[in-house]
Amino acid sequence: MNNLIKGEKHDWEMVIGLEIHAQVKSNSKLFSSSSTKFGSSPNSQVSLVDAAMPGMLPVINKYCVEQAVKTGVGLNAKINNYSVFDRKNYFYADLPQGYQISQYKYPIVGEGKVTIDFKDGTSKDIRIVRLHLEQDAGKSLHDQNPSKTYVDLNRSGVALMEIVSEPDIRTPDEAGMYISKIRSILMYLDTCDGNMQEGSLRADVNISVRKPGDEYGTRCEIKNLNSIKFIKQAINYEAKRQIEILESGGSIEQNTMLFNTSTGKTRPMRNKEEAHDYRYFPDPDLLPLEISKVEIGKIKSSIPELPDELKNKFIETYKLSNYDASVLTAEKKTSDYFNETINSDPELKNYAKIVVNWITSELFSLLNKNNQDLNNSPVSPENLGQLIKLISTNEISGKIAKDVLEDMFSSGKTARQIVDEKGLQQVTDQGEIAKVIDEVIAENPKMVEQYLAGKDKLLGFFVGQAMKLTKGKANPKMLNDILKQKLNKKN
Amino acid sequence: MKIDKNTINKIARLSRIKLDDKESEDYIKDLNSILDWVEQLNEVNTENVEPLSNISSSILPKREDVSNDTNSSEEILENAPDKLEGFFAVPKVVE
Repeated sequence: MNNLIKGEKHDWEMVIGLEIHAQVKSNSKLFSSSSTKFGSSPNSQVSLVDAAMPGMLPVINKYCVEQAVKTGVGLNAKINNYSVFDRKNYFYADLPQGYQISQYKYPIVGEGKVTIDFKDGTSKDIRIVRLHLEQDAGKSLHDQNPSKTYVDLNRSGVALMEIVSEPDIRTPDEAGMYISKIRSILMYLDTCDGNMQEGSLRADVNISVRKPGDEYGTRCEIKNLNSIKFIKQAINYEAKRQIEILESGGSIEQNTMLFNTSTGKTRPMRNKEEAHDYRYFPDPDLLPLEISKVEIGKIKSSIPELPDELKNKFIETYKLSNYDASVLTAEKKTSDYFNETINSDPELKNYAKIVVNWITSELFSLLNKNNQDLNNSPVSPENLGQLIKLISTNEISGKIAKDVLEDMFSSGKTARQIVDEKGLQQVTDQGEIAKVIDEVIAENPKMVEQYLAGKDKLLGFFVGQAMKLTKGKANPKMLNDILKQKLNKKN
Repeated sequence: MKIDKNTINKIARLSRIKLDDKESEDYIKDLNSILDWVEQLNEVNTENVEPLSNISSSILPKREDVSNDTNSSEEILENAPDKLEGFFAVPKVVE
């Protein structure tokens, strides 16, 4: 795979690191008992703590701490027994405290790594620097009024896990795969709902370019991207921008950028004069956070099967390819559906690859077309299993099965019902197929002549004609075999 | 460490405080004398001593993850100089 971008003078390589912000899936906020529900009326979930009224003190949510540890374990990371909350100071209208409670020098989770899998069967590790706990800010609406910004503090104080990667990512696709993998791990662990549209999961992208083999170049940070598509677009645009500057003899200024989703362009957010000076210091309202080995052990033992383990299990048990297995395990609902389907009949485990194909291509495209989700698929895993069983026992052909699936999808009937009602059973009677073939041969003497003269492609024509006569129900393999036999006899 | 005019201006800007020349001079004097006083601590030998982050021996109290569904938006917005339909309204903060 070539990861380089062609330049005027030489090739360029992107160097990318991600800071992912994942909202902890909890009932209440990190330091207050306000609800975290999304989409409530403005400022209805704001306690005096969240509004930073004088004298209010933060009390940490035990569950959020446990979820951060859990996520750390899922990222194969070191869990720190001792961590400290710091104040990160800056002024903004949606930050009533004037500082964000975050973790700086002593984060709760240290170094880890995740693996991304490519289509060609190779994979790559992306190293994690740290995961720390912090408060989310409120939400500002800038476009409602020409001279005012409206502020809603419902989100203010919701627990966030910030997951920081090393600059190990080299392409926009890798960035997309990395965030998908993190999302997948979070959703298996159930520590974040992974909803990027609602902003439960968003990312800041650090990007620089260099001549391959050179030192890292100066980087820019693109803030607050909430879809994988935008992440890729923003990286592509920003890399091109940086290369253009460098190739025309300029230099990159370290800057924080915003991505405009409608124009697809990045622009600087703050000018250099106001460069960040967060004046981090330990929050005097909060004691250091200590977690005992026993507590960490308890959390570790509560961790469900993660996508990578499940992937290896699928490869081993069902002899699936690395890629198929990673597609199946990318989302928990998909691996759950696969498990239920393949376990619905003891025979099916011999047809695992077929099961994968029917789920990830046929069923997925039907769901997509009808704007539905696998979670409430009109075709249950048992019913899909039954359909695949009918294919594997040659009772119906794969082609007819596609129609049956569509019928199952819209009518809710089982495969068996549909096949019986419509008489779709495959014709596997030698004599019956031979009879149809004789008919086709008799009706097309010219074609037969041409075929025998060497026009092999015509075989498809005969197959098509015979299929038409059997309404697509002839067993394709038998049809092919008998047809060849009969044609060759004419020779 | 010495506090000079540039430092005091930077701190003032970070704190969103406007200082006139007279006030700046006063603060430079005050802050320097505080720093000098604190710097006496440098006389103590702290080799092989772990930094002390907290003088309390108690452990961080934690709460259960229970949300109270009280809507205090009226009280929260009571002191806001400007508001609209449940939102705080502030001067526009982007160009």
